[in-house]
Amino acid sequence: MVKMKAISSFAALAALSLAASGCGGTDDANVEGSGNGDSGDSATVEFMHLWPQGSSAEHHRIVNEIIDDFESENSGINIDLQVLSNEQYKDQMTVLSSSNQLPDVGMTWAAGYLDPFVNGNQFAPLDDMLEDGLRDEFVAGTLEAYEKDGETYGLPLELNTVYVYYNQAIFDEYGLEAPQTYDELEAVIDTLNENNVEPIALGNRDRWTGSMWYMYFADRIGGEDALNSAIDRSGSFEDPALVEAAAKVQEMVENDSFASGFNGLADEEAKSMFMNDQAAMYMIATWDLPNYTTNEDVPQEFRDNVGYFKFPTVDGEGDTDSFVGGPGVGLFVSENSDVQDEAKQFAAYFVQEWGERAVSEAGVIPATIVDGEDLELPDMYVEVLEDLNQATNLTLYADVQMSASVAQTHLDLIQSLFGMEITPEEFAEKHEEALSQE
Amino acid sequence: MNKVMSDKWFITLYILPAMLLLGILIFIPLVLTGYYGLMRWDGIGSMEFIGLANYINVLQDGVFWRSAGHSFLLALFSTLSLIIYLAVAMILASKIKGADFLRKIYLIPMLLSSVAIAQLWIKIYNPSNGMLNEILRGLGVQNPPLWLADPNIVLYSIFVPILWQYAGFYILIYYAALKGIPESIVEAAKIDGATPIQIAYKIKLPLIMGVVKVTVVLAIIGSLKYFDLIWVMTGGGPNGASEVMASYMYKLAFANNNFGYGSAVAFMLLLITLLVTLIVRKLTADKEELQY
Repeated sequence: MVKMKAISSFAALAALSLAASGCGGTDDANVEGSGNGDSGDSATVEFMHLWPQGSSAEHHRIVNEIIDDFESENSGINIDLQVLSNEQYKDQMTVLSSSNQLPDVGMTWAAGYLDPFVNGNQFAPLDDMLEDGLRDEFVAGTLEAYEKDGETYGLPLELNTVYVYYNQAIFDEYGLEAPQTYDELEAVIDTLNENNVEPIALGNRDRWTGSMWYMYFADRIGGEDALNSAIDRSGSFEDPALVEAAAKVQEMVENDSFASGFNGLADEEAKSMFMNDQAAMYMIATWDLPNYTTNEDVPQEFRDNVGYFKFPTVDGEGDTDSFVGGPGVGLFVSENSDVQDEAKQFAAYFVQEWGERAVSEAGVIPATIVDGEDLELPDMYVEVLEDLNQATNLTLYADVQMSASVAQTHLDLIQSLFGMEITPEEFAEKHEEALSQE
Repeated sequence: MNKVMSDKWFITLYILPAMLLLGILIFIPLVLTGYYGLMRWDGIGSMEFIGLANYINVLQDGVFWRSAGHSFLLALFSTLSLIIYLAVAMILASKIKGADFLRKIYLIPMLLSSVAIAQLWIKIYNPSNGMLNEILRGLGVQNPPLWLADPNIVLYSIFVPILWQYAGFYILIYYAALKGIPESIVEAAKIDGATPIQIAYKIKLPLIMGVVKVTVVLAIIGSLKYFDLIWVMTGGGPNGASEVMASYMYKLAFANNNFGYGSAVAFMLLLITLLVTLIVRKLTADKEELQY
């Protein structure tokens, strides 16, 4: 009996080991070292990124080439590389920063994600590097997303805007055209439903996917500032326009606009529905452009059939050149780095090299200004770059603007809103509640 | 040898490595977790001592108790399913044809990693082209359930793979215990005219009661701290409909950057598990242990 007791109490204690589960991220991480152990004056800059060879082959290759170029141009500096996949990367950042062991250079997300790192003095302000002309190389509005209290803590690498993509073959079959207004969108959805085609693929288990739909309604109905000011507390989520936006979302759900079971589907599943001709439309940011243009793993026939449209105007209101989107990842330099000068040198080099190569080789829309005309790019890229030039506004993703805990509340509320569990009024009220507790 | 084993210094020496390991990996983090629970801490910056505020908040946190309710529901189902596993093990142990082969089949889910099982069942549950709904539609069901999207059934949808995952483990334990019962006792009962049901219920079950109690404790503890399939399949969604204590804790610490509160929840999870274990052991305590 003593033995049994020992077994059961041990098992109970093991419950706690879960608390440490976040610390185990490195086991299956893809760790690579540059490995030439020069002695003498050489400095080693640790660099951590989130594009493993398996899932982001092109990104991975370009990064390695930039590092090789940098090392050969700066013989005294070695780059020590660590690569993790997205979720592991986030866990690793939290764990490393709590013990002041962040890599010298790494990747971060904008706005709300930065807060704890900046408050905890983990990231170095980068304004001194931006003074000699580097600042002008970024698309306006992208650096600002990495600013806190007037100082810049990140150099953005990507810039994404959100569009609705559609399957031209399905549209042609039922004589449909890309909608310009919300009414036209509804008509398209009705026709598709009558013909038993799933209108819109949506993976709302991930929740940020649904948030983008809500954000666009908020933008079109309330104008470009309604949502931003509700988040920064100069306005309110109880603004009639924002309540109306939530109501529109529910109206779409009631019209069976989204693929059945969307609240249980991951974005990846929704994407695969769209890419297997099982749904006619799909809203996603431009990081997916390669799938519709250059990615050889996607059948040519499908790529030829994909079109996109800007989110339509709603009841005659709104500006279709106002986009939801924002910079994706950016580079940070660690405040506690022993080799901060070299780290900054590498970060600046990386950002400058990244832009043109990213768009032409990896299909990433960079946050630095690129002249699309001189590059051989698929038409869709040229059009997207053109749209960016004409954009009147870029609203940063709501969950990125918010602090971590409010963002989680927002995302959960989005899921409830789409699941018809709460009314638009409750949706607004609960946002107010969460934001006022900040 | 006896002399060595009764020397306190040698006992200490032999226990030391295991104690050190346990201490460093289990007991110290455990105390630290309780300590972090007293802090306001985002996991990155500096900590601020706030006393028992986090623990008081946990006690008043509706989401936590809802998650705890889900965990207890899982514990209930896990415990009930032990009856089925026991029945299966009894059939397997009664020398039917192919018992060896079947035993291996039941064990397969144990060999798969949780994430693989989760991916498999996500595909099965897919509302539009998943296997389950294809079959239901084939049978003429007009609107088959949205297994992972409907807040009313999502919890039960996830219970199925969880129970399936551990079936082989418990069947194996019961099977081994049943095999340990001496043949002569069963033979004697047969000669006295006992039916197979009577043999199972009156002879085999009491003889393996000790093992059954251990599995009940294991099933309950395992359920209360369960995390993996739920995290991969729904992430606790839609809107907390499948949230359990462990996933809530993880979300608080790693998604909300609220390590102080997350630690408090983790510590509560430990206390609840300990308490339930004590209660279960009290309830199943037996004065006399049967011997063969």
